[in-house]
Amino acid sequence: MPETLVAALRELERAYDEAIADDAFHAELDHLLKTFVGRATPLFEAKRLSGLAAERAGKDGAARIWLKREDLAHTGAHKINNTIGQALLTRRMGKRRVIAETGAGQHGVATATACAHLGLDCTVYMGAEDVRRQHLNVVRMKMMGAKVCPVDSGSRTLKDATNEAMRDWMSSVDTTHYILGSVVGPHPFPRIVRDLQACIGREAKEQFAEAMAGEGSKKLLPDCVIACVGGGSNAAGLFYPFIDDASVRIVGVEAGGRGPGLGSHAAPLSHGSPGVLHGSLSYVLQDEDGQTASVHSCSAGLDYPGVGPEHSYWKDVGRVEYIAVDDDQALDSMLLLSRMEGVLPALETAHAVAAAVRIAGEMGADRHIVINCSGRGDKDVDEAARLLRERGEPGFE
Amino acid sequence: MNRIESIFSSGRESGRKLLMPFVCGGSPSLDDMRETLPALAEAGASIIEVGIPFSDPIADGPVIAEAMHHALESGVTPRSVMDVVASVRSSLSAGVVAMTSVSIVERMGRDRFVGMLADSGFDGVIFPDAPLEEAGPLAHAAAGRGLTTSLLVAPTTPVERAKQICDECTGFVYVLARAGITGESGGGPTRAIRERIEALRSVTHLPLAVGFGIGSPEHVRTVVSPEAGDADAAIVGTALVRRMNDAGPGNAANAAAAFCSELASGLV
Ligand SMILES: Cc1ncc(COP(=O)(O)O)c(C=O)c1O
Repeated sequence: MPETLVAALRELERAYDEAIADDAFHAELDHLLKTFVGRATPLFEAKRLSGLAAERAGKDGAARIWLKREDLAHTGAHKINNTIGQALLTRRMGKRRVIAETGAGQHGVATATACAHLGLDCTVYMGAEDVRRQHLNVVRMKMMGAKVCPVDSGSRTLKDATNEAMRDWMSSVDTTHYILGSVVGPHPFPRIVRDLQACIGREAKEQFAEAMAGEGSKKLLPDCVIACVGGGSNAAGLFYPFIDDASVRIVGVEAGGRGPGLGSHAAPLSHGSPGVLHGSLSYVLQDEDGQTASVHSCSAGLDYPGVGPEHSYWKDVGRVEYIAVDDDQALDSMLLLSRMEGVLPALETAHAVAAAVRIAGEMGADRHIVINCSGRGDKDVDEAARLLRERGEPGFE
Repeated sequence: MNRIESIFSSGRESGRKLLMPFVCGGSPSLDDMRETLPALAEAGASIIEVGIPFSDPIADGPVIAEAMHHALESGVTPRSVMDVVASVRSSLSAGVVAMTSVSIVERMGRDRFVGMLADSGFDGVIFPDAPLEEAGPLAHAAAGRGLTTSLLVAPTTPVERAKQICDECTGFVYVLARAGITGESGGGPTRAIRERIEALRSVTHLPLAVGFGIGSPEHVRTVVSPEAGDADAAIVGTALVRRMNDAGPGNAANAAAAFCSELASGLV
């Protein structure tokens, strides 16, 4: 991390520590999460999906599958949990301008929304390729008064948008806060974003126990929790409150893209090795000289060569399993969840759904899986339809 | 004594200030770079910084970032940049320091990387994105191969922290003339640099080289003149890289030398 940013990172850490020790901060955050974001989001049982998992496994029953409905949060994804918290921090630090990077555009929209609500000036950097494939979200950001800057360098996706946001921040640290959108980047971002997303796991835990109590069961914990991993924020938010519950199997699902060759996927935990990117040491996709490799995923939100350092830690200590699901399986699962449950998930989320259906089939009918349904799929419909048409999917010709 | 140290100490003895041009390794081509290094030394450069192209140079503005991307696309690697330095080292009086992202160093292996630098004839290394807290092992590895280590002090760095950064450095300290990224926008250095230099003199005896946003003889004078900034050296990056790229393959070395002579007129 360049020295120029160290002072700002220290200031952020101080402001955050003060904020979390301040009841007024929590009161305001909780109030906004409830009345503006719409928390708590529901925990919903996907019964037909579980039935299908059993059928595919050739069994009478598969694990019961629950969706933690972050897609129902305001703006349609978990990203808003983080941006509301960091926008409040921005105000505490006396800064008036916010910058952000975005891939799928969900973080950009969530940042633009939080800024509009709190009266902050907002600039969002977005790779030119993502501007194309997530156009709906570009329009949403503009509607909310944000300035969207397309980034034409490098792979023209999330990594390059992050570079550009950092460059802006280097020249504007005095007046500007950088609302990073995932559990990546330099300390204290991974910690702050994880903490702000941990409401997902806390609610899911409580709601699950409640649902069980409603059935007369004393079961407190699900047997498995699953989330997709781009930078890793929705996953960290779900996983973190379960980390010390040894009976809970935890699975993170990366973007397997077109296959395991370098450049064909975005799965650093599955296929990468430790390296430094954007101010943290973590699993990363690099060539042998430390140059960041190109990555591919059908899902813009997972199309990033790095991952949060805490996920690397959880991988190394064996607490979390990380697997990869490829583009085709993700597309299949997007259709599957839409048709079986009436829930159209984001392409990112669809990766987690694919893994969950398979794992549910391997487990008994008395078991329970919670999927983080991290976002809704509206932003993806054009791109998904294009990909489905390309592969000759019936009805999409 | 290490070459960087002796260049600075003889400069100080004779009251001479130094010019430190930055070139992007392999830009516009490896052949141009091979011609450029001796040409810069001829034209008044005491120490040449060679940037190792990196895929994600977040501290660089569009000119250097473009040069790096272009070099990488044409197949330039850390190894090929080092080979060019090795090929001209024996005929070069100037010092040569590498500027490299820690992403490259950590992947290639610290000891291996600094070993390759030393074997290729580099005299030192600048780690522009190594935080103070992580710099110790890097500096240690470099020292083990006789290379100096320079870290950056930013305008946003408090003086107590600047002292700790200087304590990790050998050879010289890289002082940023302004916050932000490399490039010519944002105006040149101002007289305010003097205050910064004075504050840093109170915490280190190491030579201070000032860079970022310096692109004319006037800027050089503002940074090093005893009546102005009074730093030990002025670093010129973007303005030089831009001229080399504009001149294009085959002409870059001449353009670099002409500009370097011009800049040297700002030395005292
Ligand atoms: C719906 C959705 N899920 C997941 C992600 C991936 O990010 P993370 O891994 O930080 O949750 C994104 C990112 O844009 C997203 O929009």
